[in-house]
Amino acid sequence: MPLIDPTIVDLSRLQFALTALYHFIFVPLTLGMTILLAAMETTYVITGKQVYKDMTQFWGKLFGINFAIGVATGLTMEFEFGTNWSMFSHFVGDVFGTPLAIEGLMAFFMESTFIGLMFFGWDRLSRPAHLAVTYLVALASNLSALWILIANGFMQDPEGASFNPDTMRMQFNSFVQLVFSPDAQAKFVHTSIAGFVAGAMFIMGISAYYLLTNRHKEFAARSIRMAAVFGLISTLAVVTLGDALGRLDDLLQPTKIAAIEGLWHTTTSPSAPWLVAALPNDKTQSNSLEIGIPYVLTPLITHTFDKPIPGLIDLESAAGPHILNGIKAINALQQYGTTHDAASLATFQQYENDMGYGFLAQQNAPNQDLNAITPAEMPTVVQQTEQETIPNVFVTFWAFRIMMFLGFYFIGLFAFVAFFSLKNQLESHKFLLRLCVYSIPGPILASEFGWITAEAGRQPWSVYGWLPTFQAASSHNVGYMVFSLIGFALLYSLFIAAELYLMFKFARLGPQSHDHAAPVAGTGASPMFAKPGFAAKSWE
Amino acid sequence: MEIYVALKIIWAVLLGVLLTGLAVMVGMDMGVGTLLRFVGKNDAERRTALNIIGPHWDGNQVWFILGGGAIFAAFPTLYATSFSVFYVVMILLLFSMIMRPVAFEYRSKVDTKTWRGTWDWAFLISGAVPMIVYGAAFGNVLEGVGFHYGWTGQYYQDESFLSYLLNPFAVMCGVMSLSLSIYQGGTFLMLRGVEPIYSRARLFATCGGLLAAVIFAVGGLWVSHLNGYVFTGAVNPGMEATPLGGPAVAVQAGAWLNNYHSYPILWLAPVLGFVGMLVGTLALRLHLKVLAWWLGAVAWAGTISTVGIAMFPFLMPSSTNPSQSLTVWNSTGSAYNLGWMLFFAVVFVPVILSYTSWAFYVMRGKVKTETVVNDPHSY
Ligand code: HDD
Ligand code: HEM
Ligand code: HEM
Repeated sequence: MPLIDPTIVDLSRLQFALTALYHFIFVPLTLGMTILLAAMETTYVITGKQVYKDMTQFWGKLFGINFAIGVATGLTMEFEFGTNWSMFSHFVGDVFGTPLAIEGLMAFFMESTFIGLMFFGWDRLSRPAHLAVTYLVALASNLSALWILIANGFMQDPEGASFNPDTMRMQFNSFVQLVFSPDAQAKFVHTSIAGFVAGAMFIMGISAYYLLTNRHKEFAARSIRMAAVFGLISTLAVVTLGDALGRLDDLLQPTKIAAIEGLWHTTTSPSAPWLVAALPNDKTQSNSLEIGIPYVLTPLITHTFDKPIPGLIDLESAAGPHILNGIKAINALQQYGTTHDAASLATFQQYENDMGYGFLAQQNAPNQDLNAITPAEMPTVVQQTEQETIPNVFVTFWAFRIMMFLGFYFIGLFAFVAFFSLKNQLESHKFLLRLCVYSIPGPILASEFGWITAEAGRQPWSVYGWLPTFQAASSHNVGYMVFSLIGFALLYSLFIAAELYLMFKFARLGPQSHDHAAPVAGTGASPMFAKPGFAAKSWE
Repeated sequence: MEIYVALKIIWAVLLGVLLTGLAVMVGMDMGVGTLLRFVGKNDAERRTALNIIGPHWDGNQVWFILGGGAIFAAFPTLYATSFSVFYVVMILLLFSMIMRPVAFEYRSKVDTKTWRGTWDWAFLISGAVPMIVYGAAFGNVLEGVGFHYGWTGQYYQDESFLSYLLNPFAVMCGVMSLSLSIYQGGTFLMLRGVEPIYSRARLFATCGGLLAAVIFAVGGLWVSHLNGYVFTGAVNPGMEATPLGGPAVAVQAGAWLNNYHSYPILWLAPVLGFVGMLVGTLALRLHLKVLAWWLGAVAWAGTISTVGIAMFPFLMPSSTNPSQSLTVWNSTGSAYNLGWMLFFAVVFVPVILSYTSWAFYVMRGKVKTETVVNDPHSY
């Protein structure tokens, strides 16, 4: 069975990476904004103050501009597994497709149906009914994140399925294990809450802009306070949960954690430094320009003081026996596929857990045929394959660091803004306000780099330990891929241009009160929001 | 009957239900999108037409997404193969599909002629192209598709995309699907639209319904001469799901009518299709809008089950390696998976139907141009 042309694999990866990263520009804002909209509307329903309704409607409008592209690009994702990763879809569809389908049934229908009512139902629903609709939208968008991350969690740590040699695919056997996979759950909380951070930063940044330009002040001051407090709590949660994710990688994906930490050699003493910065070189398998803090790495990763952390070079050689077994497994499996005899099935089952390494070795076998490897060639094949068992360290190392440094920066920013906002001194801190404006894309960037860490760090596997990425693609020709890539690039560029244009337009325009009949500012306000100076002002 | 076989059959039926739901609900919106430039002569009229489906298009679109997800889970090999085999066509479908959400949300946010005009074209493309592709896919599948599998289940394509794209029978099916969607969209515009949209929509819907009926008749005759696929080896419906090493399959002209010859009661399906299209058209001429809308749904159900019954148990026959054809028996998920999926479908489909109906109920009534133009929330 010939392998798929490596150019096709690379183009498919490029297309998937671009379309997924693009989808995830819009996803975090959706996740965070829906929650914040629900919070604002709750305040409106409880206090009856028009400004909160205006807040909900104004931020809702910006949310809508973002949401449309989230939906559009999500469509691409749903179909791309089939169009570009047919072997993947065949190999794990029985388990992986299920959370996707459930996501549709449970989350997308709810999100999309109620979002129509959220936008159009203001005059047709009672206040509590409209509030309930907004909550359902928020709930649904986070449920959709849950199910897609369960699917993704399966690729990172395939639990709840086993390989069936009669169907040549992984078959679903435990719903509970799939859903409660620790990796999926940790991913879900980390990623969703990262979305809350993005929503908070977005609202904080645009409100800061109004404060800077002296417009819509009451509106902005209330929005910014809500956003800063919510953002601070969320960022603290994201960082804590990020640590939990790293801990899981230590247990489940040692190659990823070693790449994240730029760790070539297994740690031997607890004084091993945690690298703040370094230039990992994937060719020479070493780092230059290391800046590290001693004694931090071991407790950080293992939550102990003495457990060694395996380095990449040692992980490579440790893969050797798995590769040998994997080759035996695949050869036996192929034999079984034609003869269905008990002997080859027994051989296969003996080495089954290493079959992924056999797939991985295929590209190094003579004529890409594992059966054709002579004993003399075997050591070379194994050695070449060993080198392919680790991800790109430079990318993983730096993607992780960018995410993490941004995380700590957000904590600081939110904390300062929340502090000055509560003390009602924000307007005199122009620099801070300006920083807020420029930081709007920050959490989205952090999320993008988070995904790059997670996905690039998973390489060379598409399904960790079972199916290498280069085996997972569809066998297309270059022309097809060029056609789709150019099309996506063009369309997506037009979309983002239109989106940015509208975002700037409507953010500049600012909120407009639609219901002039009810200027109720100042009445019945809760103490926290009823600062003098704001309550008295009517707003532009 | 073995549980696994029962699950396979249930999911084949659910696949039909899903494809019908998709066609009715998404088709309706696509029809409105296609007609937008023609039922609305000026901006206010176009906005009115848009806002008729405005609160619902996103919810409706999930039928399409769920279609993808459910085929992925319940028929993994079918998902893996069909989307890759039809790559160029699928990508064209995606390109046109993804314009739609953006067009809805962005069109009316800027008040210039060029901006709105451009998005109106996007509506036309993103309405017509997906419906043509949708119908054409049925046509292609009826004719058989060129693919085979390697020993691991990796698929290989044996035909160029041009044979799927420029294929008269498939194109005809595509036009039929577009006609039905114009019918469905037109009746919905009648339901919730006022003059002059109402009369224009009525005219287009009439043409759509009649054209669909004509093509359905021609298509039926065509299929009776088309190559169908039949098993010649022993078939085990409870088999492990894999397209590798299945029973032998032969190609025979006219074989797609075998099921109808064996069970004449099945002719009800095409009859239902015709009833939907013709009585539906009559109903809308008589201004019975609600009835006409539902008869449009009947027309879709009749058409899709006609194709499903003709092919059963084949789902996507391989013209280049017929014994690796995908069937209901060899391309589903495992029994465990089908069971869980069925559980979720049984729990959530009624929930979905109830809140969808509620959403339509909340937004009921005629959409008036003055309200649309003055409402800051409208599209
Ligand atoms: C952590 C969150 C997350 C992740 C990793 C993904 N998505 Fe997403 N997706 C969402 C969170 C989300 C969302 C928040 O629910 C969206 C974003 C914007 C939106 O409107 O809903 C959405 C929209 C969205 C839609 C449109 C739904 C609609 O019409 O309402 C589809 C079909 C997908 N996504 C499919 C995917 C697939 C197949 C992904 C895997 C590669 C994927 N998404 C990654
Ligand atoms: C939306 C957030 C996501 C982003 C930004 C993202 C990013 C990426 C990137 C950068 C790659 C390329 C890795 C490489 O080839 O080096 C990739 C590959 C891939 N990801 Fe993700 N991903 C996301 C979500 C998901 C989810 C939720 C799934 C599955 C449910 C998924 C499945 C895949 C697959 C199948 C590939 C291709 C195979 C591969 O290259 O490993 N991704 N993704
Ligand atoms: C100190 C702070 C942080 C730590 C220690 C951390 C840790 C991690 C780790 C280890 C991963 C890889 C998960 C895997 O192996 O698959 C990850 C992924 C990710 N991170 Fe972070 N993170 C931090 C901050 C942030 C911030 C501030 C954001 C965004 C606002 C963010 C968003 C993401 C996203 C979206 C992913 C990809 C999805 C996933 O794998 O969960 N992270 N993070």
